[in-house]
Amino acid sequence: MGYEPTLGDVLRSQGVSRRAFLQFCSATASLMALPAGTTSAMAEALAAARRPSVIWLSFQECTGCTEALTRSHAPTIENLLFNFISLDYHHTLQAAAGDAAERALEEAQHANKGKYLVLVDGSIPLLEYCSTVAGHSNKETLEHVCADAAAVINIGTCSAYGGIPVAKPNPTKAVATGDIIKDKPIINVPGCPPMPLAITGVIAQYLTMGKLPEVDHLGRPVAFFGENIHDRCYRRPFYDRGQFAETFDDEGARKGWCLYKLGCKAPVAYNACAHVKWNNGVSFPIQSGHGCIGCSEPGFWDMGGVYESVATGKFGDGAKLGVAAVAGAALGAGAAVLARRKKTQLHEEDAAES
Amino acid sequence: MTLLDFARGPAIHASLIILVAGILLRLVGVLVLTRGADLSRPRDAFGNFKGYRTVFSRAWPASEFNAATVYQTAMAYIFHIATLIVVVGIVPHIEFITSLTGLSWPGLPNFIGVALGTIALVSLIALIMRRLSNPAIYNSTVGDYVTWIIVALPLVTGLMAFAHVGFRYETMLALHILSSALLFAYLPFSKLMHAFWFIFSRAQSGLAYAHKGVRI
Repeated sequence: MGYEPTLGDVLRSQGVSRRAFLQFCSATASLMALPAGTTSAMAEALAAARRPSVIWLSFQECTGCTEALTRSHAPTIENLLFNFISLDYHHTLQAAAGDAAERALEEAQHANKGKYLVLVDGSIPLLEYCSTVAGHSNKETLEHVCADAAAVINIGTCSAYGGIPVAKPNPTKAVATGDIIKDKPIINVPGCPPMPLAITGVIAQYLTMGKLPEVDHLGRPVAFFGENIHDRCYRRPFYDRGQFAETFDDEGARKGWCLYKLGCKAPVAYNACAHVKWNNGVSFPIQSGHGCIGCSEPGFWDMGGVYESVATGKFGDGAKLGVAAVAGAALGAGAAVLARRKKTQLHEEDAAES
Repeated sequence: MTLLDFARGPAIHASLIILVAGILLRLVGVLVLTRGADLSRPRDAFGNFKGYRTVFSRAWPASEFNAATVYQTAMAYIFHIATLIVVVGIVPHIEFITSLTGLSWPGLPNFIGVALGTIALVSLIALIMRRLSNPAIYNSTVGDYVTWIIVALPLVTGLMAFAHVGFRYETMLALHILSSALLFAYLPFSKLMHAFWFIFSRAQSGLAYAHKGVRI
């Protein structure tokens, strides 16, 4: 086996200075809420890291997660870090096809038994043959590949929580990775698509510390998903002042007021969009004038309409209240009539006795 | 189904059905039982008409009782007005009412909502303090304290959700909606029904006295 370049070698060959690399390490360490001292440790560990084998499984997905990652901040260190991992199997990105591709999967699994990372995007249909690759159902492939994995990273809401395929009526009976794989460390990096920095941040921490970062109750890294977008939104002062856009073309919308009334889910969506932002820190959905749709949350597609505000009640059929009113009045009248009849009866009995 | 989905879906839905059916059940159930009109000739030809004035004249205690009752009267007014403005004035509530009825109106700035909510809660605490310190006057039952807690919970959870303190926002919002649902379902079967009874009870007293030529 020939010399395998370290990440440091790769970065140097790409003309990335040590200074830029340290900046990346300190930014990542602070984003991941790691102690300041970890920056140099992270730099050393990352620079010396060998290419980890990564198997990327694509199930019921739209390839948006891959698109987001590959077109993220090119050519930044996040991108190079992603390039650095030995992506041994990825439908969209690998050159091989057919049997050769499947052989690459088997070889990677065999050569790195117990050490490789599995990155999953897309949900898994329990109606097994709704989605197959090389004649195997997604469930079979997932179970087979995860059996010898070191850890599983769910990329995107579909693999983390089911995402859009799970949306009612869930025709393929789709489930999340965690519903099938129970015996491996799993971390969720949800989003539709997830933030590239969250993906590379998790990988960087895994390479540096040898373990996955701290997660919240939904299995997401706290460093990126610990705060809701509303708390970090630059439009928050307008919310506090009660200045809301009522439509997408009114004065409030033009002035950049709060989008709460237009269905923004930022108060119940936990992600780093508002401070890390997208496209190299250029913008994020709310900044471009559309409310957050809460894509990093489980079941976001069924959380109510995209344009229904968070405070909206789900009443189904409002006519039920009318029926309830009539029923209540009827019951009341019935009770009163019974009471009156009883009273009359008592009066008659009293009269008969006297 | 998350807690928030449950709260703003089935829970609030069921509680509103209980609220509407319960209010009508109690209103009709009691009003059907009323006695017929007093057939005797009224002392005052306009007695019945004047009797209805009591609905308004009883809105403040008679001057003889001012000193003794000004504390709870003032606190009760502050509580009711502040609560009413919060219920119909802040944007999340208006959004909720709009989703139910289609009606909408401009909302208050958040800081006014927080201020009024706090005032309502403080006045509610002031009232329970008086109740606790004057047991002989109130002769409270367990139901009175339960009612107080059920009224206070939506205020507390609402303020916490609004200020983003306590549990995560979606959990606080769900707790706020659930506590409101509890209030809705409890209202028709408790003293909170005074929201409707106050009109009838005052009018009944006013009519009875006015018929006899007594102005109260």
